[in-house]
Amino acid sequence: MRIGRATTWRGAACAVLLLVAGVSLAANWIAPEGYAKQYREAADAPPSHAHWLGTDEIGRDRFARVLYGTRISLLLAPAAALLSTLMAALIGGLSGYLGGAWSRAAMAVTDLFLSLPWLFLLITVRAVLPLNVSPLFSVLVTFLILGLLGWTSAARVLCATSATLRDSDFVRQARASGIGAVRLFWMHVLPNLKPVLYAQFWISIPAFILSEANLGILGLGVAEPMPSWGSLLKELEGLVSVGEEPWKLVPLILLAIVVTSFQFVLARQEEAAA
Amino acid sequence: MLRGVIAKRIAQLGIVRHGLALIATVLLGGLLSAVLVRFAPGFDSDEQELDLHLNSQSIQALRQARLDQHNIFHFYLHSLNRAAHGDLGTSISLGQPVTTLLRQRIPLTVRLVGLGLATAWLLALGLALSAAWIRIAAYDALNTFLSGIFLCLPAAVLALLSVLWRVPAALVIASIVFPQLYRYARNLLAQGYASPHIITARAKGIAELRILFWHVIPVAAPELLAVAGISVSLAVGTAIPVEALCGLAGIGHLAWQAALARDLPLLMNITILVTLVTLLANSTADVIGKALRGHEA
Repeated sequence: MRIGRATTWRGAACAVLLLVAGVSLAANWIAPEGYAKQYREAADAPPSHAHWLGTDEIGRDRFARVLYGTRISLLLAPAAALLSTLMAALIGGLSGYLGGAWSRAAMAVTDLFLSLPWLFLLITVRAVLPLNVSPLFSVLVTFLILGLLGWTSAARVLCATSATLRDSDFVRQARASGIGAVRLFWMHVLPNLKPVLYAQFWISIPAFILSEANLGILGLGVAEPMPSWGSLLKELEGLVSVGEEPWKLVPLILLAIVVTSFQFVLARQEEAAA
Repeated sequence: MLRGVIAKRIAQLGIVRHGLALIATVLLGGLLSAVLVRFAPGFDSDEQELDLHLNSQSIQALRQARLDQHNIFHFYLHSLNRAAHGDLGTSISLGQPVTTLLRQRIPLTVRLVGLGLATAWLLALGLALSAAWIRIAAYDALNTFLSGIFLCLPAAVLALLSVLWRVPAALVIASIVFPQLYRYARNLLAQGYASPHIITARAKGIAELRILFWHVIPVAAPELLAVAGISVSLAVGTAIPVEALCGLAGIGHLAWQAALARDLPLLMNITILVTLVTLLANSTADVIGKALRGHEA
């Protein structure tokens, strides 16, 4: 009974994610004017037939910006998650498989990264790179940083799993039969890490979406005029009252729905990994 | 005799090993941030050179000073040597000694993070214990739903809403830390209650309160302590958006200002400080956890 209810919730979550992704991918057709066009005569306007979510303070259609922003966040967060998962597989999986000094060195670096709070690490590394860059470059830099720094906790798990696999009977038998180290890792160890890798991939997506939002609100994320959930949420800074302008909360509600949906899907991946 | 016992206990708890690992990690972290600072674009340029009042000799002296910092190890050792003498350098953007800035801002962050952590722990443990005690599915689901809401919101948004609704900033930190703690504590207590010795104790008719405080909590305590270390790191990280967006002049605000102004030397010192704090918290939790496990054994 409980399992059936959980499956229903997960199905609903997948449907929501597909719907949001589908609509955002169709942004070019739904809002052909784009996210940067200014309606100067209707700046900071409330929702109307022409602008479903009103316009921002410089007259850009908020609905179009939400659509394009959702597309950027929903496409690049999984891309960053994929990058971090691959790095975790390579560093964590390989160091666990090799063991000894390799494993100790990799885990020392991992510990160093993990000793810093995630948001603090992001801000520090983002600050080191130039801040005054083109919008497209800022998008790439933001999500690349997320991908390049987000592998550490996954690497720790993969290192431990890989070390267990190294000492397992089937790997010993494969080694005894003369299979080379690279082939052994590629053909026998890596496929057995798949469930953990899937789980880490799904865990990373909502974490990266939230991190991008935090960076965007702090002014260290995607640069204007490019929209993302982070830059869209920055508008909440000027909010006087939630009751007077509730439409400004739409990006936040959408983000919460998407992250919640990912949490439901994630539960299934965690079960699979276990 | 007593000294020997103390030395043996210190060795058992691995305090020396923890201390050495802590020093090594902080030094490595410092080196890493020094490398980032050294190779960051714009390291070689200095706005001071544009000052019309400077003559060619002064400009040459400024360039020579920067040339000395080109070797990364020289740069790092020089920074360490100065730090050992209490000089952490001067902030480029704020024009004040870093030591003064840190001294001014640490108390506020300590208060904020401390209050936030205390509230989060009280709330998480209170709800997890009550859920374990009451054992009603609807109550458990309600708590999970409440903690789930906060897991889906960025800390920065909660900070903005706290300004709008005039909620104390410490509560924002608590609301970010609480869901993680609640989930962990709830699972640990649920595991504890499902263990065979608790079922036997129940069958023998031992009072529920006695089971909770004598048999469940002591088993869960070492693992909860491990989460305590992680919760400090989480709270310190959350302090950045909270202080920056609530206008509170703490370490998080300083880090944010340094990041926006690319005040890299200041950022390097804050990185070392934050690494030290989080590592100390984790090591302390680890040592106390080991001591508790040893006590139980």
